[in-house]
Amino acid sequence: MEKVLTRNIGVDHKPTNLQDYEANGGYRGLRKAMSELSPKDCQDMISDSNLRGRGGAGFPTGMKWSFVPADDKCTPGHKYLVCNADEMEPGTFKDRLLMECDPHQLIEGMILAAYTIGADISYIFIRGEYLVATQRLRDALQECYAAGLLGDNILGSGYSLNMYVHPSAGRYICGEETALINALEGKRANPRAKPPFPQVSGLWGRPTIVNNVETLCNIPHIIDRGADWYKTLGVGEDAGTKLFGVSGKVNNPGCWELPMGTPIREIIEEHAGGMQDGYQLKGFLPGGGSTDFLTADHLDLAMDYNVIGAAGSRMGTGTMIILDDRTCPVGMVLNLIRFFAHESCGFCTPCRDGLPWSRQVLQDIEEGRGQPEDLETLAYQVNYIGAIGNTHCALAPGAMEPLQSALKYFYDDFKQHISTGRCPYH
Amino acid sequence: MSKKQIIHSDISTVLSTEELAEIDAELAHVPYKSGAAIDALKIVQGKRGWVSDECLRAIARHLAMSDEELEGVATFYNLIYRRPVGEKVILFCDSVSCWISGCDDIKANISQSLGIDYGETTSDNRYTLLPVPCLGACDRAPVMMVGDDLVTHVDNKTVTAIFGQAKKRVAE
Ligand SMILES: Cc1cc2nc3c(=O)[nH]c(=O)nc-3n(C[C@H](O)[C@H](O)[C@H](O)COP(=O)(O)O)c2cc1C
Ligand code: SF4
Ligand code: FES
Repeated sequence: MEKVLTRNIGVDHKPTNLQDYEANGGYRGLRKAMSELSPKDCQDMISDSNLRGRGGAGFPTGMKWSFVPADDKCTPGHKYLVCNADEMEPGTFKDRLLMECDPHQLIEGMILAAYTIGADISYIFIRGEYLVATQRLRDALQECYAAGLLGDNILGSGYSLNMYVHPSAGRYICGEETALINALEGKRANPRAKPPFPQVSGLWGRPTIVNNVETLCNIPHIIDRGADWYKTLGVGEDAGTKLFGVSGKVNNPGCWELPMGTPIREIIEEHAGGMQDGYQLKGFLPGGGSTDFLTADHLDLAMDYNVIGAAGSRMGTGTMIILDDRTCPVGMVLNLIRFFAHESCGFCTPCRDGLPWSRQVLQDIEEGRGQPEDLETLAYQVNYIGAIGNTHCALAPGAMEPLQSALKYFYDDFKQHISTGRCPYH
Repeated sequence: MSKKQIIHSDISTVLSTEELAEIDAELAHVPYKSGAAIDALKIVQGKRGWVSDECLRAIARHLAMSDEELEGVATFYNLIYRRPVGEKVILFCDSVSCWISGCDDIKANISQSLGIDYGETTSDNRYTLLPVPCLGACDRAPVMMVGDDLVTHVDNKTVTAIFGQAKKRVAE
């Protein structure tokens, strides 16, 4: 398979500088756009490519961009492009790789995205702990300004764009795009009510697009080589390639670029080297901590958004977490719910008070104090906290996904904890 | 002296010229002063390790915010420290992949080696231990940050290598 997103990433994970990047076709897409493509041409190419957002929800990127009002349809002023580099979803480790090893690819994607939507200011909102990535992005930005790839009149095209790296001060909720915008404005990161959507009224009340790192890294290649080429990369129904990852008790945990639609079995057994000796696969979260468990019965599914959705889970970030037969499913869900309860922004009651309640019930079960009626309580919580519309943002429903599916697939484990008054895995 | 001048001199006796210059550089990018609140907190913390009440009040005045409003921002974010921390902060990942890889036992080992639990600082002021959500290195679990450095595949040997010396020092 042809590597696209990781073509500059070697085993040594050495970062590419501007010279390396350009030597391997870098900024060719940008040069093409600046000399011969209008923003509308770029918009059409991205829409035609069927690129879907890699931030977790899989929203079509071209459609998202098309909601930004044209200059003559909004009051004059700034428009913003924001890269979501917050990467805090438990079990997710793909954006770090893209930023640490090939910062220019992200920057080129951002310039092209900003050009398409007519933005004149752009931010990379990066989690505060990503110090190496932050430094490499800053170095790369300097190279770009010096080479006329950023700033005024980019490559003589008349288009101007400034780009800033903005390190976060922490908290998972900053990854939610409207909370991220509040954080960029210097406020507490509580999500905003939608509508208005950020595309119309985002940062400082101006039209704003927020895209994930990996989404933006796809853009230069689509502009350079076209939508038709891009669509041939997937082996299933979705377009392009994707970074898929596996963590847990496998022989070779890691992150690989593979075609969209790669079968789960191939990712776990070939790329991740299968389960370690003495461990069996019991289940897995296909795309981070807020996705529903799937089991060995689902190994032959393709990693495509709709396929994983139809199986009752979500592709999420595409980085899988494996539950093995020697790890307690109740303990694993407790770890996740503890995280979500801690990271609730506290704005709405079902999340602020409901998640600590779920955590308490799970902790009681895990520590041998569970009662039979606790299972009804958990089922009630899944329905109430998990319902879209009962909470202000998707954190709380996301938190319920691993719990609801654990109750479905590992019900006997829960029951055994309660009937024997102890965790059978300890 | 006008009231304004008094306030201004107040700020500059607390915050250094360098800190104020860096904060003012951030102010140039934002339409409202309060927009630089998080940057200002991070700038001051970068120089001093944490944000004291006195600094918080000075920053609030410089950004024309109430102390309470800025405190609300400061306490929201886990990487803004409102209490003193040691020379290095240990951000210990306790999320799911690291948990599967046995991070609970390693946390217990670190706590024992250093004699501190989450939220505490060693008596020699070298280390503060804090939990942190997934550090985005789950393929190299368990992981932690010690100061600015990411430490991967943490096991009991790593703990002894990094903190073994510290234990002796604390005991002395
Ligand atoms: C609680 C929560 C946390 C999120 N964290 C992230 C994140 O760290 N990175 C990210 O790209 N998207 C995250 N998202 C999704 C964003 O809100 C948004 O959908 C995404 O950045 C859009 O990018 P895309 O269209 O390129 O996928 C999060 C969503 C929620 C509800
Ligand atoms: S669901 Fe949770 S994180 Fe989202 S707004 Fe409500 S309290 Fe905040
Ligand atoms: S779970 Fe620890 S680094 Fe991801």
